[in-house]
Amino acid sequence: MAEFKYTKDHECVYVEGDIASVGITQHAQDALGDLVFIELPDTGKSVAVGDEVAVVESVKTAAEVYTPVAGEIVEVNTPISDELELISSPINENGWLVKLKISDASALDALMDSAAYDAYLKKID
Amino acid sequence: MSRHTALHAAHVALSAKMGAFAGYDMPLYYGLGVKQEHEWVRENAGLFDVSHMGQVSLTGKGAQDLLERLTPSSYDKLGVKRTKYTVLMNEEGGIIDDLMVTRTGDDEFHLVINAGCKDKDIAWIKENLTDGIEFKHFDDWALMALQGPKAEGIIKDVLGIDLSDTPYMSLWYKDYTMFISRVGYTGEDGFEISVQNDDAVDLWNKLLSHDAVEPIGLAARDSLRLEMGYCLYGHDIDSKTTPIEAGIGWVMGKANTGFIGADKVLPQKESGVTKKRVGIKLTGKGIAREGAEIRNLEDEVIGVLSSGGFSPSLSVSIGQGYVPTEYADAGQSLFVNVRGRNIEAEVAKMPFMPPKTKAMK
Repeated sequence: MAEFKYTKDHECVYVEGDIASVGITQHAQDALGDLVFIELPDTGKSVAVGDEVAVVESVKTAAEVYTPVAGEIVEVNTPISDELELISSPINENGWLVKLKISDASALDALMDSAAYDAYLKKID
Repeated sequence: MSRHTALHAAHVALSAKMGAFAGYDMPLYYGLGVKQEHEWVRENAGLFDVSHMGQVSLTGKGAQDLLERLTPSSYDKLGVKRTKYTVLMNEEGGIIDDLMVTRTGDDEFHLVINAGCKDKDIAWIKENLTDGIEFKHFDDWALMALQGPKAEGIIKDVLGIDLSDTPYMSLWYKDYTMFISRVGYTGEDGFEISVQNDDAVDLWNKLLSHDAVEPIGLAARDSLRLEMGYCLYGHDIDSKTTPIEAGIGWVMGKANTGFIGADKVLPQKESGVTKKRVGIKLTGKGIAREGAEIRNLEDEVIGVLSSGGFSPSLSVSIGQGYVPTEYADAGQSLFVNVRGRNIEAEVAKMPFMPPKTKAMK
């Protein structure tokens, strides 16, 4: 079953089978402002929960993107580094940054679903 | 507890993103966002609250002598209502602050100093004050900057003041209620307007009511000045850097040899310096910010970026930093290391793009 999950740091993960696509939410993009650069990792790297998997830079600041799930990086969204606006597409389409082959899905249970994330945004606003 | 300028409530009302700067709660950006604010200033005119900066004056016989001790500049040729950029220096030849000095009378000077340096500057000036000179701190005055190619026309439209005959680096004032200097920190034509706190909100709102004016925060102020290669105190210059190392040796007046720090700095004019502030432009992909290591092509660390970031006008990452003199020539290839990755870069001439300040008449 495919589903979207969210972290308190505004990462978004889309899980389909044993593949997780990781990106950042619209809220994170709004907070960053105009993006100027996206740094992507190499494929083949194994990452643990909380490891940095990308850096999204705006005029204002650099924001590290941490993976909320452990796995091996099997694909990076290379076109997005030349076409930064792709990041505003849904992460199950063109807005993802990296795709992981999940090695341990247990951390996903602690993440928020869409309804919980929306409620969280209202709370912190 | 952070301090507020007289315009604080106005920023909040404009839904500015506020942040701490030099002990003040200041607007970082407003609704347009940093990039568009930056571009707006280059194309129209932007209004900045810079009331956190310090405004002080020195009055009395010998005020010029005092300034020629505190700063390495000469003031003989500085006429009344003319402004000069200079630095306060310590005994070691380091820079205490950079500032604007305007002669407002034969024995009267007005100084604009950095917010973060206010307390130490004032203490330093008072410590060196000579008999018969009065020091005054205008701490109940606000300062706003209107910067951009449309600034002169906006002031005419909104305030009915014709500044076409007021050249760059000079002052216009009337009735001691409003002081307008044709100066800035953006590389655009523009003005800094000083009024008493009680008049600040009214003036701010009047200027903002003009279609060509948008409020601009400190973030765009930083990217605008970075494109001009201007120094930001505490980053690109500090108490450990001399004017020669900083590449602002031109503030030193030939006739002035008696300033504090002269015995350290004047020999540098002859013998040269071992490190220099340079502009650095990334030629590879990435963004390098303050603190990033500068490395030579052999991957040895030779310096650190003292400031840096994305240039909205040039669409590349630019910055400044100190490097050994042998690496300081324009075109020198370097690396800037960002998160463990070497990005190709080169030493670039500053300003990174030509300033559009109105030529001195």
